Amino acid sequence: MSILQRSLVLFAGLFLLFAGVGFVLGTANISLLLVQSFAYALIALGLNIQWGYGGLFNFGIMGMMMLGGAAVTFISYPVNPEFWGSDGPLMLGKALLALLAGFALIWAVRRSDRIGIRGGWKTALTVLAWIVAYFVYRSQIDPAAAYIESIGSGWVGGLGLHPVLGWLFGGVLAAGVAYLVGRICLGLRTDYLAIATIGISEIIRALLKNMDWLTRGTLTVTPISWPVPLPQDFQATGTSIADSFVIARLGFLAIVILFVVVAFYLVQRAYGGPWGRMMRAIRDNYIAAGSMGKNVTRRQLEIFILGSVLMGIGGAMLVSFQQIYDPGSYQPINHTFLIWVMVIVGGAGNNWGAVFGALLIYLTWMISDPVSQFLFNGLSHWTSQAGWGEIPDIQSRASQMRVFVLGVVITIALRYAPRGLIPEMVKRNG
Amino acid sequence: MALIELKSVVGGYGGAPILNGVDIAIEQSDIGVIVGPNGAGKSTTLKAIFGLLTVTGGSISFDGEEITNAQPDRLVPRGLSFVPQEKNVFTSMSVEENLEMGGFIRRDNLRPTMDWIYDMFPVLREKRKQAAGELSGGQRQMVAMGRALMSKPRLLMLDEPSAGLSPRYVIEILEQIVKINQAGVGILMVEQNARQALAFASRGFVLASGKNRFTGTGPELIADPEVAKSFLGG
Amino acid sequence: MNELIFFFNNVIVAGIVLGSIYAVGAVGVTLVFGILRFAHFAHGDMMTMGGFIAFLLMLGFQAMGISVPFLPTGFVVLPIAMVLTAIVALGLDKGFYAPLRARGAKPVTLLIASIGVTLMVQGLIRLVFGSGTWSFFETEQKQLIRIPVPLEGVTRTINFTQPQLLMVISTAIAVIALNLFLTRSRLGKAMRAMADNAALAQVSGINVKLVVRVTWIIAGGLAAMAGVMLALDVNLKPDLAFNIVLPIFAAAIVGGLGKPFGAIAGGFLIGFAETAAIFNWTVLLKPLAGVLPFDVPATLAIVPTEYKLTVAFVILVVVLLWRPTGIFKGASS
Repeated sequence: MSILQRSLVLFAGLFLLFAGVGFVLGTANISLLLVQSFAYALIALGLNIQWGYGGLFNFGIMGMMMLGGAAVTFISYPVNPEFWGSDGPLMLGKALLALLAGFALIWAVRRSDRIGIRGGWKTALTVLAWIVAYFVYRSQIDPAAAYIESIGSGWVGGLGLHPVLGWLFGGVLAAGVAYLVGRICLGLRTDYLAIATIGISEIIRALLKNMDWLTRGTLTVTPISWPVPLPQDFQATGTSIADSFVIARLGFLAIVILFVVVAFYLVQRAYGGPWGRMMRAIRDNYIAAGSMGKNVTRRQLEIFILGSVLMGIGGAMLVSFQQIYDPGSYQPINHTFLIWVMVIVGGAGNNWGAVFGALLIYLTWMISDPVSQFLFNGLSHWTSQAGWGEIPDIQSRASQMRVFVLGVVITIALRYAPRGLIPEMVKRNG
Repeated sequence: MALIELKSVVGGYGGAPILNGVDIAIEQSDIGVIVGPNGAGKSTTLKAIFGLLTVTGGSISFDGEEITNAQPDRLVPRGLSFVPQEKNVFTSMSVEENLEMGGFIRRDNLRPTMDWIYDMFPVLREKRKQAAGELSGGQRQMVAMGRALMSKPRLLMLDEPSAGLSPRYVIEILEQIVKINQAGVGILMVEQNARQALAFASRGFVLASGKNRFTGTGPELIADPEVAKSFLGG
Repeated sequence: MNELIFFFNNVIVAGIVLGSIYAVGAVGVTLVFGILRFAHFAHGDMMTMGGFIAFLLMLGFQAMGISVPFLPTGFVVLPIAMVLTAIVALGLDKGFYAPLRARGAKPVTLLIASIGVTLMVQGLIRLVFGSGTWSFFETEQKQLIRIPVPLEGVTRTINFTQPQLLMVISTAIAVIALNLFLTRSRLGKAMRAMADNAALAQVSGINVKLVVRVTWIIAGGLAAMAGVMLALDVNLKPDLAFNIVLPIFAAAIVGGLGKPFGAIAGGFLIGFAETAAIFNWTVLLKPLAGVLPFDVPATLAIVPTEYKLTVAFVILVVVLLWRPTGIFKGASS
């Protein structure tokens, strides 16, 4: 069976699976799952660019998704007049100036060899400059943060703009961070990149969780607006509650799918072209590609940024859809490793595979919770009949069960289908 | 019966075979030298014997026992030993530790063998506590040979032992190889310095395109005008 | 002087304790990397597992009424927990990594497989223990050791807990034992040989499979030790692993992957850096308030406690930029 036939069969099966689950859980639930799984498909495409095309490790997907969420919150949440009427903006402005001054100082020290400072002295001065810059910034931002947190709702609020702008800003923000990470880490070996990206994403999480003045941290922000009418809007015009959810979610789904289709088309085209061939050359033979005069690190930086943009947008969409931004709810399992499983199971290096994997794994992930709860309830019934008493905390245990299943899926996939269900069409060396 | 015997060995690294029927037979008293142009399959032949690539045709036997595609952990205890051309010492470990690793499979006292090696290469005794990575190229080659001898082999295989060495060391290494042979160890080596090596070879094998082209004693091959013309540079 | 002792308790003592935990964890990571050439992400979960195995053993011991005077039961069961975790580590290798190696999979594939193992172990632990926090000192008392400083006007004492003392001693013993093993024993030398040049080790007739097994035994045992130490010092929770995997890998990389002594140095470096970074330096600066050209703020920590994690990461990045293979020139795969 050719890969094409196999893909058709698999996608048909997936369609039936979604239809079946929809039949059981109801249209409202399946429309929710569809929106989320397509947002994950966009993120999986991002990882597929990085890992499948470029062979780059990114274990920091969670960080990119959180940035996207913060971006859409900031752009689309209504303006907070209390903040804008206070001294807050001025203090933040000072902090920004302090930050810029710090960077100017570091930049100046880095060029100090022009006035004859070299070697160890220059290193010492650079370190000193970093320390001074850090403390100057801290001296401005700490009181600003404390002040903002003390007035009104305790944070800066949003800009009140359209959510789609927020999604795009999420992409831009993720691109900026990816650029910095890439500049620092892409020259390093793969294992180091993996650790570095985990570190970055944990730091982003720590920052967004604790910078209450910017994100309200664990207090969460809600409601975040939709780019399309909300179910409540439909209810106001007399649509029944059940129908209103389905219609509104289908509207949201249309926009998400539009993004996925556009991204898919662009990525697919790029992959077939000279840029994609070069990426494969770099991935499969790093040294040879480098010696042929390709600027390997620069190409990898491009790919790292591009993938991160999709992750940022996807993360923003999910926050927008759920209408709540809760930095405390992000976990590496749900937001980094889940996406790895999608790409590995689907087929790294094949965009159809990545999308297929995203839809399949997300659906499995979501329905495995009720399924394992059902199983646990059955088991509990059996143990209590056997006189051993009921199983305690079924709910939380059942939701841990799916973490275990995710691990099993990864290891089985690596062992028995290492190239994924819809593998890359081009032969991969090694 | 020959100590090691290769019968029309065919093999490679998965793609097209590099060896297309190599025949080699030497006794424990022999010094066998394989020469030939680049890409003739000289080093590949040694690797095929040592189980480092897949043999797809023909057979290899050692002391009458079939060892085709056997792995090093089975071959070393039987008395085969191999000195690769590159990366042939543990750079971060001391000279003495390198020798100990060569004797890993042995349960008896390593000391006498170690002393024999130190007598052969006195400079190694001096530097026995030094990391092998800090030694010169020639000294490293001595460590590599010493490591291979620690398992008390009956057949020592060397892949271009004189490659990249200064002429002084080339002669010393070759002289020591003759001495090792006189101590009762069969030698099978690949050599770029073909003339020098064939001069004392009791068995010489000229390979080209993965096949035997000429076989004979070293002096015979040197005297053969065709061998001299095509393979020994006139 | 009291301020200095406060500093000593909060930075030096705490740094030694944290450094010991990181060092013991990082050695395991570095050994696995040296021999098998992949970053074993499930190491943090082997630590958690070791902690929970020790916890179960402790409950068993207490139920049977076994106790040793002066020693917490959680510490008494440590050797058994180490052995059991080592067996689990061997099982993980046999079940998940060895088949991939046999297929000739690249180290990257093994790394991803170790993520799968992470999720499985974590899922299993949470399945059994829920997601709450468990303490080794529910029924036993954690003893505090106070050492008075015989100086004029000093009222503060040098404080640490008995488990902290025990873990520092066990770390020292483990490090010495590992050093002896790697430099004196035939098998330990074979491990170093294989980390140095795996192909040559194979050619030398070294039993590669045996070395791999020994590596997992040591890595598993040390993981259990680090996990139990952490659990004795703070407490036991299923997501202990995620919080610790970053500093431990940072320690191993900073010290140079594949270098056990580098990992120990890296562990202590990061341990001290973390405690020093979140220390409130105002305590030390206050007595100098009149001399300094600026006002001493009420709290002056280098980073707020919430960002402790960033310290390991910043050190990692700085070291990698300065010396891409770590301070002690680690291996590259």
